[in-house]
Amino acid sequence: MKILVAVKRVIDYNVQIRVKEDGTGVVTDNVKMSTNPPDDNAIEEAVKIKEAGKATEVVAITVGEDKAQETVRKALAVGADRGIHVKVDSVIEPLAVSKILQKVVDKEKPDLVFMGKQAIDDDCNQTGQMLSALLNWPQATFASKIDVKENKLEVTREIDEGLETIEINVPAIVTCDLRLNEPRYASLPNIMKAKKKPIEEIPVSDLGVDVSPRLEQLKVEEPPKRKAGIKVANVAELVQKLKNEAKVI
Amino acid sequence: MAVLLIAEHNNKELRPFTLNAATAASQIDAEVHAVIIGYNSSEAAKKMSELPVIKKVINIEAPYYENFTAENFTPVIVKLAENYSHIVCSANTFGKNLMPRIAAHLDTSQVSDIIKVISSDTFLRPIYAGNAFATIKSNDSKKCVTIRPTSFDPCESSGGSAPIEKVDASEEFSNTKFIKREEIKSDRPELGTARIVVSGGRGMQSGDNFKLITEIADKLGAAIGASRAAVDAGYISNDHQVGQTGKVVVPDLYIAIGISGAIQHLAGMKESKVIVAINKDGEAPIFSVADYGLEADLFEAIPQFMEELNKLNTIQK
Repeated sequence: MKILVAVKRVIDYNVQIRVKEDGTGVVTDNVKMSTNPPDDNAIEEAVKIKEAGKATEVVAITVGEDKAQETVRKALAVGADRGIHVKVDSVIEPLAVSKILQKVVDKEKPDLVFMGKQAIDDDCNQTGQMLSALLNWPQATFASKIDVKENKLEVTREIDEGLETIEINVPAIVTCDLRLNEPRYASLPNIMKAKKKPIEEIPVSDLGVDVSPRLEQLKVEEPPKRKAGIKVANVAELVQKLKNEAKVI
Repeated sequence: MAVLLIAEHNNKELRPFTLNAATAASQIDAEVHAVIIGYNSSEAAKKMSELPVIKKVINIEAPYYENFTAENFTPVIVKLAENYSHIVCSANTFGKNLMPRIAAHLDTSQVSDIIKVISSDTFLRPIYAGNAFATIKSNDSKKCVTIRPTSFDPCESSGGSAPIEKVDASEEFSNTKFIKREEIKSDRPELGTARIVVSGGRGMQSGDNFKLITEIADKLGAAIGASRAAVDAGYISNDHQVGQTGKVVVPDLYIAIGISGAIQHLAGMKESKVIVAINKDGEAPIFSVADYGLEADLFEAIPQFMEELNKLNTIQK
């Protein structure tokens, strides 16, 4: 079985983002970037499945500008076998990313495609579902447990009401929740070894996919600030304030 | 053209957020039709027809719609979409799972998780865990939009009498099989719609200690929330998680106990009307959004809090 894992480079989850003064977006210059956190879970799961002898190859793919390749390199350092970097110059929408991934799937013919359930920058939560629509494959979104069986997966999904279990036939798409596993850190020897693993670079123009935007981002602004609160001295004061000032209890 | 609302229901009742989604749909266009896809779902269809903002209900039934899998829902909705300018549903796990599949079939760039309808093609949505708001204009001829339920008031649920039209099902998608759903039943208010939420974090130190949270929640008639750290540590089940990748809540009162306030948690609760933080670390980021902060050891503060609540003659429920 072959697993393709899609990873995205985003502003690191610990960074407090800043909105640009001209309202065109958020500041990304000189800001720490890393792999989208649930994409790390997707790589980890694919590598674990391979280590368990249930997959033969793990291929990491990213779609993005030159520096996005760092995320593929990181995936190689934690166990992916080879990488693909589809080069685009600008930020593209999830629909365009899923069309690119569809082209790569047609060529690579993986049995499974894994990715994070949501990117923490645009918070769209779309790409996996869109790719499975384009391929007409089953989708297991928000996966917190994956059990690989003969030509099928049993997946536990996180839903608002609790948990749901579904069985999907391979080939299939899985989008991963942060609770799926604990991503490993790359060891120094493995980081060195990863430098020798191949990454195929594909200019997006080679794929014949229309990536032009359908959405216009008219403005990006700071959310309204909360008024500064107060510190209360003790519990009695807290309850009194809630009762008589905020009038919420 | 009209707006098509995909209703979330359990075949008998509408799920509460369907009412919020109906409000958002009616702000896009006055002509809102709702589709109820399910099995033995005529009760849910009838309830839908009673919403005054809904002008027509489309009811589609088949045994394989019973468990709401996106793969089965998509073809019928894509077919219906011919007659609509917008397809709308809630941005909870139901809508997040379903809508992108529809959008891709319609070759439309979806606008996810909107918090405001600016015009029929322009919407406001949070990005970066709510640390920025983006105004997005869609240039697609058909628009797929998911709405953040807590940003819209629920619509009236009675008084309407929309006609109910039956439409044929599509073929079954056989590569996905539903096995089971583990819903955690509780007598408490639902987290997403509760007036008061009491949440615990890693500071609770154990699942047993969450009983302290439960006691306060019972006293206040509140729902119970948790940070991701508390869920990951196994103190409480995932359906309680508040945050960027969990639930977004906007209660009148949010009490955060032993929660440091990571960006990802704040994303799920900082729009609450009144926020209380109880934490022994005075530098914890949760205090930056709290209206009332109490720097204290929660194991001392919670019993005192119960004591003070017990002294009150009345508590709003």
